[in-house]
Amino acid sequence: MREIIVAELTKAVTELTQEFAHYLPRLVVMLIIALIGWIIAYVFKALARSILRLTRFSKLSENAGATRLLNQAALPSSTELVSRFVFWVAWVGFVLLGVSVLGIAGLQEYISRFFLFLPRVFVALVILFFGLLAASFFSRAALLAAVNANFRSSRLLSISVRIIISIFALSMVFEVLGVAEQTMLIAFGTAFGAIMLALAIAFGLGGKDLARVFLEKRLISSKKEEKEDELSPL
Amino acid sequence: MAEETLLADDFLRQLINVGEVDILVGLPTHNNAGTIEPVIRAIQAGILKCFPRERTVIINADGGSRDGTTELVTRASIDDMWNASKVYALRTLHSISTQYAGTPEPGLALRTIFAAADLLRARACVVLSPESTTIETDWLQRLVRPVYDDNFDLVSPIYRRQKFEGVLMRNLLYPMTRAIYGCRVREPYASEFAISGRLATDFLNREIWNDELGRDGAEIFLTVAAITGQYRICQTFLGTKVQPPRSAPDLVAAMRHTVGALFSSLDGNFSFWSPITGSQPVPTLGADSEVTVEPARVNRKRLREMFATGVAELEPVFQSILSASTLSELQRIAQLEIDEFNYPAELWARTVFEFAAAYHRSVMNRDHIVQALVPLYRGRSLTFLLENREANAEDVERSVESLCGEFERMKPYLLEVWADRK
Repeated sequence: MREIIVAELTKAVTELTQEFAHYLPRLVVMLIIALIGWIIAYVFKALARSILRLTRFSKLSENAGATRLLNQAALPSSTELVSRFVFWVAWVGFVLLGVSVLGIAGLQEYISRFFLFLPRVFVALVILFFGLLAASFFSRAALLAAVNANFRSSRLLSISVRIIISIFALSMVFEVLGVAEQTMLIAFGTAFGAIMLALAIAFGLGGKDLARVFLEKRLISSKKEEKEDELSPL
Repeated sequence: MAEETLLADDFLRQLINVGEVDILVGLPTHNNAGTIEPVIRAIQAGILKCFPRERTVIINADGGSRDGTTELVTRASIDDMWNASKVYALRTLHSISTQYAGTPEPGLALRTIFAAADLLRARACVVLSPESTTIETDWLQRLVRPVYDDNFDLVSPIYRRQKFEGVLMRNLLYPMTRAIYGCRVREPYASEFAISGRLATDFLNREIWNDELGRDGAEIFLTVAAITGQYRICQTFLGTKVQPPRSAPDLVAAMRHTVGALFSSLDGNFSFWSPITGSQPVPTLGADSEVTVEPARVNRKRLREMFATGVAELEPVFQSILSASTLSELQRIAQLEIDEFNYPAELWARTVFEFAAAYHRSVMNRDHIVQALVPLYRGRSLTFLLENREANAEDVERSVESLCGEFERMKPYLLEVWADRK
């Protein structure tokens, strides 16, 4: 009995040792890949940081309003954030590559999915960034034009422009990521339609006097008023 | 040459038929049928009276008028002038009208005129505004003589103005150009001026024509090019300048063309202007300023309201452009009622310099920076209006001079904020 137990234990240890010996080179390969990946990812991070600084990315981010959002959330600067993102994506990519060397059944498929999903994430980030940039640019342009035209609700107009463009950009981001595509599309369509309807009702009913005054000013006495109000600049 | 591709074939053919000229009179137009005739008559009379022996050509660069402007120019016959004045030109007076390619832009018209001057090797090129209904026969002579006889390269005009006209010129363009470039040119954005052939050729080859701002603010860039290129500059008194009644001022556009161009000119000329302190007078023929004191109808309440609204609504924009102390001071002023309203010269100079530095650093879209200055300019023009309500010509001149002094005194501050890379 004792001999049988010892034999079984010996067999199990031998098998375990054989298995371990079988996996050890792969594990070493995985660790080497992860280590090399870390170095390459670090180089990528430094490279991304330099490129972003050269292209004055922080200024773009400031213009897009992203910097303010990051500050409010106590996150690092946009340049730092993007370079860290590059580092982690590159390193996780190498780690997964290393893991695939282990030959664990079922893991390959997830790894392939991860790599296939990466371009989508990049595209989504680019859309989000330029969407925020466009929202910031056009909302500021609307604000300045409205203030200089002596429009009373300049800030409201500017915020509306920002929200509409941001929602539009977000819906595109979700579509690219494949997350709740239909829901986002319907939500965006509903929100946009509701805003337009609200504006139409507000202007048509609530502000009919304002609309009349506005149109009268524009169409009837605009020249007289401008002449009285503006000093000749040149 | 560059101008050969710039000018239309037919126009080029007409220019070649003219041959070399001594004086080229440029007339940039776009739908100016209402005012063009007296201007043409004055030009023709000026040529007959003062330059009968010179080879002269009138070039009308038109932006695609649909009101018959070009027909009026080409139809205007010099024979009537001859009969009226009993003076005969000894040379043929050519008058050519051409439509330049592209959208109507004063800069494109100027470029066409300068290209023609370069091609015809004109000794003097004079540009006159088609809207100058107060033009007199001797304006041409006053502009051309300094170039033609005294070898000046740029002759800038001085006008007799109502005291509340040209407010942007008096409160920003003149003081800032003077403080930055050290040269007291009173009309850095002139619609009438004369230049020498060599300045025309030099200016034509500049990079400014490649972008919209350069074309829109070509007059400012010309003045700056003359100053920084060490060309000989003088001023000449012309007479009364009256803005045509139809052109209610589009303040934002005017600020873009002038202030935007002036701010933009600072980038490439830093090594020239940074060491300059103070300013030097420019030789002036005739009076160096004339102000008339007729009253003007201006809605002061609305000006104050637009300033206050601008300061309140544009706060997030100003936070990126102005220092905290300047912004808080503006917010304090925005609370004042008209009777006590005062946007002091020192604060105005500081504001403008901070805007110039923000423009240089491109803290946001540059056009947005210029647009953001508009409500603040309204506040400053209200102060100018209130300060000079009862003022006579000397008081107005003293007030402008004092503002210029403030800009010159504040120039080290500009250098400080210019270098600030935060």
